[in-house]
Amino acid sequence: MQKSLHIDPNKCTGCLQCEMACSWENYRSFTTAKSRIKVFSFHEAGRFVPYTCTQCDEAWCMTACPVDAIKLDPVTGAKIVLDPTCVGCKVCTIACPFGTINYVAQSGKVQKCDLCDGAPACAKACPTAAITYVDADWTGLEKMRQWAGKTDTNPATV
Amino acid sequence: MRHLIIGSGPAGVVAAETLRKADPVADITLLCGEPEPPYSRMAIPYLLKGDIAEAGTHLRKDADHYATQRIQVVHGRARSVDTTGRTVDLGGGQRLPYDRLLIATGSRPSRESIPGIDLPGVRSCWTLEDARAILALAQAKPGIRIVQMGAGFVGCIIMEGLLSRGVDLTILVRSGYMVRRMMNPTASGLLQQWCQAKGVKIFTRTQPAGLSAADGVLQVALADGRVLPADIYLSAVGVDPNLDFLAGSGINLGQGIVVDEHLQSSVPGVYAAGDVAESRDCLTGKRQLNAIQPNAVEQGRIAALNMAGRPTAFKGSFVFNVLTTLGLVSSSFGEWEGQPGGDSAEVLDAARYRYLNLQFQGDRLIGANSVGFTDHVGALRGLIEGRVRLGRWKQRLMEDPTQIMQVYVAGVHSVA
Repeated sequence: MQKSLHIDPNKCTGCLQCEMACSWENYRSFTTAKSRIKVFSFHEAGRFVPYTCTQCDEAWCMTACPVDAIKLDPVTGAKIVLDPTCVGCKVCTIACPFGTINYVAQSGKVQKCDLCDGAPACAKACPTAAITYVDADWTGLEKMRQWAGKTDTNPATV
Repeated sequence: MRHLIIGSGPAGVVAAETLRKADPVADITLLCGEPEPPYSRMAIPYLLKGDIAEAGTHLRKDADHYATQRIQVVHGRARSVDTTGRTVDLGGGQRLPYDRLLIATGSRPSRESIPGIDLPGVRSCWTLEDARAILALAQAKPGIRIVQMGAGFVGCIIMEGLLSRGVDLTILVRSGYMVRRMMNPTASGLLQQWCQAKGVKIFTRTQPAGLSAADGVLQVALADGRVLPADIYLSAVGVDPNLDFLAGSGINLGQGIVVDEHLQSSVPGVYAAGDVAESRDCLTGKRQLNAIQPNAVEQGRIAALNMAGRPTAFKGSFVFNVLTTLGLVSSSFGEWEGQPGGDSAEVLDAARYRYLNLQFQGDRLIGANSVGFTDHVGALRGLIEGRVRLGRWKQRLMEDPTQIMQVYVAGVHSVA
């Protein structure tokens, strides 16, 4: 059974341990700006929402890449950016309707969540189990994926 | 079943791969119009810069990829299509038969109609061969003078590569502003200031009256009487779909090949995908060409499924693009010019070359322009294509357009 990140915003306290862990895992520095998972704050509602790539089946980023620099990891299901192949054209960053693959000016490449080879650092670091790494069927992934569907039926969110 | 695909750009290659997955026993032939392995024009700017070697432009990196997939690659140019006999003529007596045909011949640079346009030294920057020729000249003669006509998407994206080779670059812009097909005047003005600050000479509202040659140097005569000497005249005034070979084929042509929702042309069994396909814009409902990479691969995939006998509707697409001009990143989505009666919101920091403009219709986002913003820009596609009703979050964006990802996430998680 493939696993995926399950995010429960109700449990998130906004501590940013996930962002710290992600940047440490990938850059060996505690720089939340470099994190591939982002915690969005909604102060008026008193809510925090961690958000990152859902490794969607459509893989808009992977199919749009003009140089074959994004590959499917058959074990984890993650779509992985191959840095030496990426030319930094950013087509994937506009093709992904979730906004979860982004350009990094320092490297001249794009970055996205790669599930840390099956041991996501963000989930390990989360002290409240707002981010867990669980069997894919449990995550309500489909719900998140369908949200960016192309119908006219999306209700207003409020 | 014999599938023939004319054109080996992203649409053609994805179609061939999709056909193989959908039909393990079909004959699949991919016709390449250039004497190269299938490659990506999107990668040429990075070849010019020296970031990658030629192999880095190839659409698939494994040399055996097409053989492994049992996709027969044939090099040649389609001269004509006989839709009655179901053959494609390559000239020299060579004909390729087909049961299903996909036309994915892409675009070619538009040709300027000015005297001297056939002189040596006049070229485009569109193919690998063009890039090789420009690089060879720039290396042989440091500081060569390039006069470039046009500052659209291609004209802008190649500037960094050209300057990195030490060329002396002058850009002529026919209209009042750069990238006018994808940027509003404010965004375009930022790009122009940026380029001028980097040493590029830009003449707006300028176009050549004609070209001549004197002692091996091109003379670019401007309409106002000035003459600019040039080692290369780089013509980058836009692109047109490659349709000439379809004359007399009986295939219904508008701006491009008119296709139905299954990407089939007016002739049964003949499909089109990518830059040449005239299909439905999912925002406006109008028929249009959409010459962008994500549309090419999606249409290639869907056309192939239909060719393989799996009816699949194309849901329509809209135009969005991302452009890097000498390191300055800009993007354009949908109806960035806005709609009458619709609201708009923008934030501008000209000193830091940062700009974001959002266009709304009711409480939906319909278009955007950005300069200097790269984080989470894909969410703009998601919100526009999903026709997401923003409700009270629209007001948040009216007050601060940079909150776009915040608003997107709020929608995903129904944050009240």
